[in-house]
Amino acid sequence: MPAYYLEALTVALGIVLLMLEAFVSSASKKFIGISAAAGLALILIFSFFATAPDAKLELSRFYQYDGLARFYKGFALVCTILVVLMSVDFRSILSRFTDEPGTEKGTGEYYALPVFACAGMMWMASAKDLAGAFVALELVTITFYILVSYLRRNVGSLEAGVKYLILGALSTGFLVYGIAWIYGSTGTMNLAALAERLMTPRSPLDSTVVVEAWAQLAPVAQPSLLFGIALILIALGFKIGAVPMQVWIPDVYQGAPTPTTAFLSVGSKAAGFILLIRFITPFMQPGSPVAQHVALMLAIMAGATLLFGNLAAIGQTNFKRLLAYSSIAHAGFLVLALAAWKDKTPTDLSSAETVSFYLATYLLMTLASFFILAQVRIQDGSEEIDAFNGLGKRNPTLALGLTVIMAALAGVPLTAGFLGKLFVFKLAVDAKLWWAVILGFVGAAAGFYYYFKIIRAIWWEAPKAEAKPLVLPEITRYCVVGLTVAVIVLGVWPEPVRMLLQ
Amino acid sequence: MLLLLVLIPLAAFLAILCGAPARKTAVAAGWANLALGVWAAFSFNAKIWGISLPVLAKPALHLSLAMTDGMSAIMVLLSVIVTLAALLSGKAPEGKETLYYGSSLLISAGAIGAFAATDLFFFYAFHELALIPTFLMIGILGRGDRKEAAWKITIYLGLGSIILLAGLVWLASITGTFDIPKMVDFVKDHPIDAASQKGIAALLLVGFGVLVSLFPFHSWAAPAYASAPAPTSMLHAGVLKKFGLYGLLRIAIPLVPEGMQAWLTPLLVLLLGNILWVGLVTINQKRLDLMLGNSSVMHMGYIFLAIAALAASHTATGFTNTLGQPAAVLLMFGHGISIAMLFGLADKIERSTGTLELTDLGGLAKSAPGLAFMFGMVGMASIGLPGLANFAGEVLVFLSSFQNYDPSKGLGPVQIACILAIWGVVISAIYMLRAYRNIFQGPQVKATTDSADLTLADRIPALILAIALLAVGLYPNLLLNLLSLK
Repeated sequence: MPAYYLEALTVALGIVLLMLEAFVSSASKKFIGISAAAGLALILIFSFFATAPDAKLELSRFYQYDGLARFYKGFALVCTILVVLMSVDFRSILSRFTDEPGTEKGTGEYYALPVFACAGMMWMASAKDLAGAFVALELVTITFYILVSYLRRNVGSLEAGVKYLILGALSTGFLVYGIAWIYGSTGTMNLAALAERLMTPRSPLDSTVVVEAWAQLAPVAQPSLLFGIALILIALGFKIGAVPMQVWIPDVYQGAPTPTTAFLSVGSKAAGFILLIRFITPFMQPGSPVAQHVALMLAIMAGATLLFGNLAAIGQTNFKRLLAYSSIAHAGFLVLALAAWKDKTPTDLSSAETVSFYLATYLLMTLASFFILAQVRIQDGSEEIDAFNGLGKRNPTLALGLTVIMAALAGVPLTAGFLGKLFVFKLAVDAKLWWAVILGFVGAAAGFYYYFKIIRAIWWEAPKAEAKPLVLPEITRYCVVGLTVAVIVLGVWPEPVRMLLQ
Repeated sequence: MLLLLVLIPLAAFLAILCGAPARKTAVAAGWANLALGVWAAFSFNAKIWGISLPVLAKPALHLSLAMTDGMSAIMVLLSVIVTLAALLSGKAPEGKETLYYGSSLLISAGAIGAFAATDLFFFYAFHELALIPTFLMIGILGRGDRKEAAWKITIYLGLGSIILLAGLVWLASITGTFDIPKMVDFVKDHPIDAASQKGIAALLLVGFGVLVSLFPFHSWAAPAYASAPAPTSMLHAGVLKKFGLYGLLRIAIPLVPEGMQAWLTPLLVLLLGNILWVGLVTINQKRLDLMLGNSSVMHMGYIFLAIAALAASHTATGFTNTLGQPAAVLLMFGHGISIAMLFGLADKIERSTGTLELTDLGGLAKSAPGLAFMFGMVGMASIGLPGLANFAGEVLVFLSSFQNYDPSKGLGPVQIACILAIWGVVISAIYMLRAYRNIFQGPQVKATTDSADLTLADRIPALILAIALLAVGLYPNLLLNLLSLK
């Protein structure tokens, strides 16, 4: 089965779900959510049998299918499935803020929209051409405009929606403008052709004319190319949540419905990263004349992101906002891995593999935290860290799980979170990016502080007098248990993730 | 097979989580581990013990446990002895048995794993596995300012571990492997350049130093030990803290000897800070638990002195100091056993009199002669009375500082430090004897009139530790022979 069937199936699934919503009248929309998850799970199974498209097809100029593509398609699917399941248990909040409060009328699309976003993310994983990548990226972003402001009678959600819309539109502008500059200076938007043009530069006006030495082009082409690259890095910085486009994150994360926040922080970020990897691969190839410049840009981005995310997280008292800053901080580590670019070697993980590995562990930890946060929000009506006070007494098993997850986010060994950080540090030290390494370690130390604040609240603080035991609904419970066990198992035995990456 | 030593406590922990009777399961696991640990330590070079399971192909990571030399064997031996004693002493608060015994088991599993790991990744990872339950125990079940003490130890040790991680990653990046024996082989052929050595050694000294409460990074220790439940302070002060010293001997000394030598003078100054400054602070303590906490910080100085003597003797052909390593290991063992016993007995004193304020106690020997005898014995051990394990260690430390001493060249920095450090013995004698007098002698006071003596159940852990102290004290070759084996 050619791989692009997967995207087609996903879009078809989304349309079917919308039809179900329109024609099957039912008081509870749980059915739509479960169908969405089941459909996506089926597509996930199909994805293991997908093959690269025929090279003769016109489509193969826009679409590639390799190990990374397969990994990130699976990633998008798994993430969407979990987000949809989280939404199912989030119904009580959803129905409170829609047109007819108290009923689930008008909440059905909330389960269908992530499926469309998923299709966009899957396409981004296969992007081979900047024009195609742009279209896929916009599919994701526009879907998110709706998802973020889905609680239409909640001011916070609407505010978040507006902020996301304005900055999203701005970043789209950067992206298109950057693509234009790159096209102007190299004469192509195809990433494979770009790689080849960088090594044997051709005249931007007539691609049949080979310019013998890059130096001849340098006065015009190299600065313009670098300008284009910088613009695109900034635009992708919006998706991945890196400085200088991180400003929207705290407010939007806090205002958006929790499952959407989780989706933004995992799915959207990962899709941004695969696109970033695809985009910079031609520029970082050995012998590329701009490799050093791009690495420097990435390193500055990484350093600033690490510093901002980690230091700003220290003072947070709202758990959702803390997770927002933590998501910026993790983006910093991930960009650092790309700045310390390393190609595939037989003995070490390459930068792309390290990022993928890190994201896989990040998915487990972050989604588990959001699952728990969503339930605390529903049952206690608060997302403050105070709401977790005395969780050790209210639900010891959940408290133990959340402790493992927080320790993993902080990067405590024998949890999956440590390995990602370890490999990033190793890459950065190998690349001798000393100042970025120092910022990374400062960031890790700060992370240790603010994640342990949660652990402190769980175990050391007394619960509020009126606090009831916290009981997780069935779906959430199974998901949290599964994710937590995976965090520990992969922390001790990470080989499965690497095998998925091959 | 060594994996069993880690898996038994972990399995017991899981069993307790699933509802097995906490104390019985934990104690059974402790006895099983003691038997297995003693057997393993005294036959450590047999083939059956090593194990290596690949967990990641690229970069190559292995869950590999083996006793590379007698040092690992002795540290594992220390861990299993103190673990059993810790599980047997102390009393779990009502309804908290799962946490109380579960944490001790996790700490023990982590410590044993760290001492036996030959892969850098697991070496680091197991230690952290032991730290988290330590933090939780102090925060949940601690006494007094538990929240503050627990937060302080969390932040200090968290930071220390991250600084340490930086040094370890740097080493792994240079040597291109995470396998410790392979790293040692690598640097034999390709010594690390001087600048990197200096940088790595600084990170390792500070990182491990924080974990061992090297002056001036020691201020977390006394409040944490004073606040922690008895088994936690026994396990941390007795076993887990030794991880830092073990790490310096296992990683820093063989891999970055020149770097260690470059930092010799600062290290000597800091370790004198431990012995003399913290020693004086210890004399000033008014509570037994704070005094013991500070004394354990102080005694780390001697072990650092042995490490410094070893580092100072590095030449192009290797280390000329043959006493430094045995001295450090022997004293780690002696100190680990004696401090664990002291914390265990202090907990007993508190349970039977309700206080640890030295001024509120007195004449306890009359109502609790068994306790008085045990405390007296281990107090003497901690001062360094001959016949008990610490004496053998301390004497070796002082001898190692003067090994290769050439009178014609005058006193070197290590010798000067040693001469100053010997005053620490006097300091120890002052605070320990004074504490003994205040608690056990003199007229009985209200708190001590009807206090109970050690029951049989209390005696067992104390006896296990006392036997270890006596055996090694009277016949240090028991352990020294292990060190000379290959």
